Amino acid sequence: MEKLKFERPFIKKITTGLPAKFGMKNRIEVVNNIDGLPVEELMNDYGSPVFVISERTLRQTISEARLAFSTRYPLVQFAWSYKTNYLDAVCRVFHQEGSWAEVVSIFEYKKALQNGVPGAQIIFNGPDKSAEDLELAINNNSLIHIDHFDELYMLAELSKKTQKKSKVAIRVNMDTGIYPQWDRFGFNYENGEAWEALNRILLNQHLDLVGLHTHIGTYITSPSAYRTAASKLANLVVEIRNKYNHAIQYIDMGGGFASQNTLRGSYLQGYDAAPSFDEYADAISSALINSAIRPDSLPLLILETGRALVDNAGYLLTSVLANKRLADGRRATIIDAGVNILFTSFWYDHTISPTRFDNDHTEETTIYGPLCMNIDCIRPAIVLPLLKKGDRLVVQRVGAYNMTQWLQFITMRPNIVLIDTHGKTHLIRKGETVETIKQQEQLPKHLE
Amino acid sequence: MLKLNKNIAISDTGYVFDPSIGESYTLNPIGLEIVELLKANKTDNEIKSIILERYDVDDATFERYYIDFTGMLKNYQLAKDE
Repeated sequence: MEKLKFERPFIKKITTGLPAKFGMKNRIEVVNNIDGLPVEELMNDYGSPVFVISERTLRQTISEARLAFSTRYPLVQFAWSYKTNYLDAVCRVFHQEGSWAEVVSIFEYKKALQNGVPGAQIIFNGPDKSAEDLELAINNNSLIHIDHFDELYMLAELSKKTQKKSKVAIRVNMDTGIYPQWDRFGFNYENGEAWEALNRILLNQHLDLVGLHTHIGTYITSPSAYRTAASKLANLVVEIRNKYNHAIQYIDMGGGFASQNTLRGSYLQGYDAAPSFDEYADAISSALINSAIRPDSLPLLILETGRALVDNAGYLLTSVLANKRLADGRRATIIDAGVNILFTSFWYDHTISPTRFDNDHTEETTIYGPLCMNIDCIRPAIVLPLLKKGDRLVVQRVGAYNMTQWLQFITMRPNIVLIDTHGKTHLIRKGETVETIKQQEQLPKHLE
Repeated sequence: MLKLNKNIAISDTGYVFDPSIGESYTLNPIGLEIVELLKANKTDNEIKSIILERYDVDDATFERYYIDFTGMLKNYQLAKDE
C-alpha cells in the first residue's frame, strides 16, 4: 500500500478577538516562480541564498514612472541613483532606458563613467568630494551639486586654477512639513543660507549655476511634501531670474519616493501606504506649472528616485535551515539569509512567501537568519505554512539598498542573478568565497 | 509516558476544547491521529511504529517533529508526562 504524504503534526491555539480594521485574514501568497522561471530551478542552479533581479520589472517600473511624469510636465529626466543599486547590469538597464547617473562618491562616479555615461550626464552629489574628484568632474562637464560652503570655495578655487567653468547646482534643504526634516545636506532655504550660497556662486565668474537640487528625505509617503519643495525651488528660480537675469536650467527633486515595502511598525501595508508615481508626479508637476516661472522657460525636471524603481524587481531566495521552539512555546524558523545580506530587514517587514502551500494550516513564526548574533532577526512575527528544513522561501521587494549596503559578516555574500526580458538567466555578481576575502588581507612576516 | 488530560474534548475534525480553562485549539490530520493514539494510551514507541507504517517519513524526521508536537501539547497543558 502506498504510504501517505507526511506533514509535521501541528496544534494551534484558536485566538478570538476583534478583527483588524479591514477585517482581513492573513493572506499567504505563494511565489513559486520569478518571471516564469521556477524558484526551485533557480536555487538548484545558483545556490541558496541567491538574489534574483527581474529585468522585465525594472523596465516596466521605469516606464510607469516616465509615463506618470512626462504626461504632466514637458521636460523630464531620470537619473539613476547609484547608491540604491550599483550593480553594473542594473545601472546599464536604467541607462538604456534613458536615465542619467546620480552618484555620491568618486567610486560611484567612476562606475558611471565605466558604464558609458557621458560626464555631462553625471550628477555628482554628496558631502565628500575631494579636490581631485572635483577636478575630474569639472573636466568632464559633470553637474556638481554643492553640499557645503567649504566645497563651494574649493570648487571656485579649482575652477579658477583650471580656467574651466564648473557647472554647479546647490542642494537646498527646507521645511516641507514632514518629520524628520533633513537639514544635514546642503543649504537651508528658510534661514537664508541658500541665498548666501547662491549669491556667492552667481557673483563668481568661474561658476555656472545651472540647477537647483533638493532631496527632502527617504520613504516619503506624503506627495504634498514634494509639492511644497517644488514650490520653494520654483520661487528661487523666479527670484534668481529677477535679481540676476539668470535662467536656471533644471530643478532636481531628488528621490525618496516610497516603495511598496511595509515599514516596520506601520499599520498599513506598504502597497496601501505608498503613493503611486502618478500622485508624486501630480504634486511636483502642478507645483512647478502653477508657479511664477514663465511657461516658455520651464526648467528641466530631474528625478533621482531609486528605491521606488528597483525594490520590486529584487527577490531573495532562501532555504529553511531549522525549526525550533522558543522558551515560551513560540515557533522560530532559521533561514540561510541573515541581516548582513538583507540589511533592509532592520526597517521593513518584508513580504516572505512560501513556494508551496499544501493545506490550510498556518502558524505564526519568528524568522531568524543564520548568524550567531542576537540581532539577526528577519521578521519578528509572520504567519506562514508549516515549514520544514529545506523548504524554500522568497523574500520580495529587496532590490533597493541590500546589494549595496550588505556586509560580508560571518557569511559570504551570495550570487546575484538577472533574468532578462526573454527569461534567460545571467550571473551578474559572483558569490564570494573565502579566497575573495583573503585576497585583500596581508600577513606580516613574523606571522607567516 | 505522555498522558492526555482526561477532560479534553476532541472532535473528528481536529477541534480541541479544554473546559478547565476555556481554550480551544485546532489540529491538522496527523496531529489529530497522534492525539487519538495518545488518548488510547499508546506509548511513544507504539505511536512511532503506527505512523512510520502509514506515512512516508523516516524515523529521525518523525522523532524530531513528534518531540516538537508533544512539547506543544505540554506547553498548552493538554498533556503531561506520567
